[in-house]
Formats: sequence, structure tokens, C-alpha cells
Amino acid sequence: MRVAIGTLPLHASVIGLILVWVLPTAGLLVSSVRPAHLVSSTGWWTAFTTAPGFTLQNYEQVLTANNMGTSFLNSLMVTIPAVIIPIAVASFAAFAFAWMEFPLRNTIFLALVALLVVPLQMTLVPVLQLHTNLGLNGTFPGIWLAHTGYGLPFAIYLLRNFFGSLPRELLESAAIDGAGPATTFFRLILPLSVPALAALTIFQFLWVWNDLLVALIFLGGRPGVAPVTVTVSNLVNSLGQNWQLLTAAAFISTALPLIVFFALQRYFVRGLTAGAVKG
Amino acid sequence: MDRVAALAVAVVGVPLLLVGYIVASEWLLGRLPLRRRAGVRPWVWIGPAITFVVVYLIYPSLATIWLSLFDARSERFVGLANYEQIVQLSDVHIAIRNNVLWVVFFSGIVLAFGLVFAILADRVRYEGLAKSLIFLPMAISFTAASVIWKFVFDYQPAEVTQTGLLNAILTGLTPIDPQAWLISPPWNNLALIAVGVWVWTGFAMVIISAALKGIPVELLEAARVDGARELTVFRRILLPLLGPTIAVVGTTLVIFALKSFDIVYVMTSGNYETEVIANLMYEQLFSVRHNGRASSIAVVLLLAIVPVLIINLRRFRFQEAVR
Repeated sequence: MRVAIGTLPLHASVIGLILVWVLPTAGLLVSSVRPAHLVSSTGWWTAFTTAPGFTLQNYEQVLTANNMGTSFLNSLMVTIPAVIIPIAVASFAAFAFAWMEFPLRNTIFLALVALLVVPLQMTLVPVLQLHTNLGLNGTFPGIWLAHTGYGLPFAIYLLRNFFGSLPRELLESAAIDGAGPATTFFRLILPLSVPALAALTIFQFLWVWNDLLVALIFLGGRPGVAPVTVTVSNLVNSLGQNWQLLTAAAFISTALPLIVFFALQRYFVRGLTAGAVKG
Repeated sequence: MDRVAALAVAVVGVPLLLVGYIVASEWLLGRLPLRRRAGVRPWVWIGPAITFVVVYLIYPSLATIWLSLFDARSERFVGLANYEQIVQLSDVHIAIRNNVLWVVFFSGIVLAFGLVFAILADRVRYEGLAKSLIFLPMAISFTAASVIWKFVFDYQPAEVTQTGLLNAILTGLTPIDPQAWLISPPWNNLALIAVGVWVWTGFAMVIISAALKGIPVELLEAARVDGARELTVFRRILLPLLGPTIAVVGTTLVIFALKSFDIVYVMTSGNYETEVIANLMYEQLFSVRHNGRASSIAVVLLLAIVPVLIINLRRFRFQEAVR
């Protein structure tokens, strides 16, 4: 009953689109394990037919000689606190916005919604000057603080909506049982909000791990601090046509997000749709 | 090794500090007289967030407007001179044209693909897998996506084997010579936009697909029983019902298109007439080292986004009224 388009054209177009979407990534994976002379002389799609030969040497080289190993650790060093701090700070604020009365509450919240779309570029010059004056320029704590500021409006917005939808009776009965706000927050609100917190964690993780601009501005390209995105973008210039190395480096830079994505895709999709489809 | 130690300190220390803040503040609140507690408590909870937002968003945004009226080193007041200079830069004209291309083609194509794919995938049994694969690039950074696509667009002279996928297909199937996709303007802009489309289509598809599932099947069946053709059902029923969702996704896409930076920075550095506003600002800030001009470019970018901001606020107010 549902299939009103002819079956064959339908499957052909779906599969065709999937191929267009998957082939570029397949090329990345295959090329990253092929030796240099084959990558430069034959297309990656011939790897399984005419010219067999696979190697892990590309990975070895980019991890050591091209600094991807250090960069991977740097990315972890940037990302983990830059996910924890904004989500914690946002959840404190969202709790107050959802369940406490205070003057200007709605006005402040409206201002946060407005800040959701203010382009990051509007803040770069003054924040850079501030960080330089405070000696935070090119340091990990500097970029943690910057990512916290940039991530907060969205995080507060999402969590406030979720916290606000929890049943009022639940909070009232906790208060009657003598629980203070801190107890209510840590023992009741947070455990009940795991789906929202999970979605937000994935968003913030992907945003920080994959970010290039904030890292370029506040960390710079020094090998000691450069995260994977900055290192890969530098390699694009320095390695030129060495696709076997570039693809290996690019794959290392996306391995962790891909794992997180596949493991937690359900939460991610739920978070996305909860934010947008409501209205 | 001290890297790992630092990571451990950050992972354990930072959360302890944050939880400690609340526990300590609540303990202090407990010392206050009862009737003052309720007045002070909210500010304790929103305090850190407000501090961050003021220091990292509100103050810098206002300061940028102020700094755009100063010289390269933010020392001498120059009035509107920076704005006069940037409207004369030929790069700026190219950047504005390209951002218009991004807004129109990126947003338009992503919405169209997202819509079409949501509708098509809804009708096959392997929907879950199909959607996962289209959605997958959302997890990949624009930097890595740029490497992936630079390789797809790779160009070799006509007499050499083409190792780039697109030129291999082109020369394999047609007598046309291989093309330098990233170098010949203005089409190279579309090549860059294609990378953005590849990453973002999954986003549009997932959200539109969720809205699609919310439309009752009976409604569509009723129209079909009444003799409506598939295209009519799409135009008269599906599109109007999906309207609000498409508007939400569209705003997000337009904002992204206006701010697009990573793809251009990694793939062409703004060369070959692919410059965009965000990359221009980065160059003014780091290569030219002109704070005033960089700030004025940021202000121009903000002005372009203001209409979207107003639409967003209106919709938010409407939603709050409905709640």
C-alpha cells in the first residue's frame, strides 16, 4: 500500500545515494593502508583487483614523524574538560532557570536564546587580547574556558527545556522529605536527565573534537598543543600529494568521533529531533 | 608521561572543583538567615554560567564593535575607516558573492536532499541502515571531510592515470579531459559547497524524517483514495505539514553557510576566488594582524545574521506562549 513509486527505481535511487555518500569515505580508508607507490599510480578502487598490497606503515609514519600521536593526546586534553565544564555549569544554571524564582529570569533566558546565533567571530579579537593579557593564550585551560563560554547558551537551552518537563510533584515531594536543592539536583534531577545529558555530551564532544577555528585562534599550531584538526590541516599543506599519509592522518583524527557516534547514535538522534521538531 | 598525568588531573580535578562549588555554596547558604536564602540561591546556581557568558560572549561582542573603530593594534581611534577600507578590498566582494553562493546552494541543496532522502528512506525496509550511512559524515570533522574530498577532486594531467575518483569517472565514461575542480572559478565554489552538503545532509534528513513520522498515514491514504497523485500528495499535504520543520532546519543551515570557514581554509585557503567572510577575518587577524579590520569584518558577519536572530527570537516567544 505504501509503495507508490515503482520498487526498482526506488531501491536504485536509495542505493545510488548511499553509494555517493559512502564511496569518498571508503576511498579514505582503503588509501590509508596502501603503499605510496600504488596510491600515486593507481586508483584506490583497484586495490582489491589489479594491484594487491596493504601496509600499516602509513599509520606508523603519521603517528610518529608527522606528530599525529601527540595531537591525538592533545585533542583528548582539549576535549574532555571542554565537555565536562560547560555541561556541569549549564546544568546548574538550567536547574535554576527551570525550578527557581528570581527577578529577570525570563529576560536573562531570552538573552541566552539570542546569543545562540551570535557568530563566534564576533568574540575572537577581544577574547584573544584577554587571553594574551592573562597568559592563557596557547594553553589548554584557555581553550577549555573559551569552549565553555561558546557552548553554554545551547547547553542551557536544551537542559532547561528537559529539566522543566520533569513532574513538579516529584520535586515537591523531595522537598517535603527534607532534601535540599543540592541533594535534589544531584540525586533526582541529574539521574532522571541521563538521555538529555547524553545527547548534549555527544553534541559538545563532536563540536569540540572536530573544531578547527577555536583551536587555531586560542591554541595555535605549536606541535606541543595542536589538536588533530589543526595538525591535519597543516599536513594538507606540507604533505601535498602524499594521499596515503594524509588519509591515514585524517582517519586517525576521526576514529574516536566515529566510535562515539556509532555507540551513542540513538541518543544523538533523539537529542537532535527533540531540539527541533517540537515547534 | 606528564601529558597523561595532566590529563588525569584535568579529568578528576575539574569535576571535583565544579561539584565542590555547589556543595560549598549550599553550605554557606545554610548559614544565611532563612528568608534571605531563597533570594540569593538562584544567583549561586546561575552565577558561573552568567560569568562565562558575559566574559566570553557579551563583553567580547560589544568590544568587537568598539575595536572595529580602532587601528590595527587597537590603539588609535579611526572612526569608520576600517569599514571604508574593507568595502574597497576586492577580496571582500568575492567573499560576499561566495557567501551568497553558500547560503543559496548549500542551504537549498541540503534541504532538498534531506527532504528527498527522508521520503525515500521511509519507503524501504533497510531504512535504519540507509539513514545511518547518510548521517555518518556528521561525526567527521570538516578538516577530515576536506581531506576526503580533496582526494575525490584530485587532478592529474590528462596523460597520467587519474587517482581522484571524480576525474577517473569523468575520463572513464566520457571523452572529456580531467578537470581541476578546486582551481577553476566560479565552479570551484560549488565543489567546496558539495563537501558541506555531504556533511550536513544527514542532519536535515534526520530531523525532517522525524517530522515525517509524525504525520498520520491515514491522511496520506485518504488523499490517495480520493485519487490524488503522488506529486499532489507531496505538494499539497507533505510540504505544508513539514513547513515549520523545514524552516527550523533552514535557519540552522543559513547560519552555517554565513559562517563557513573550515572547508575553505583547509581546501583552498580562500585562493582561486573561493574566499569567504569568515576566512577573510581569520587572515586579517593572523596574517595581516589588523585587529580593527578583522573586527569590522566580524561586525559585517553579525549584521548578516541579525535577520535570522530576530526570526529565532520570534519563534521562541511563540513556542513559550504555546507551552
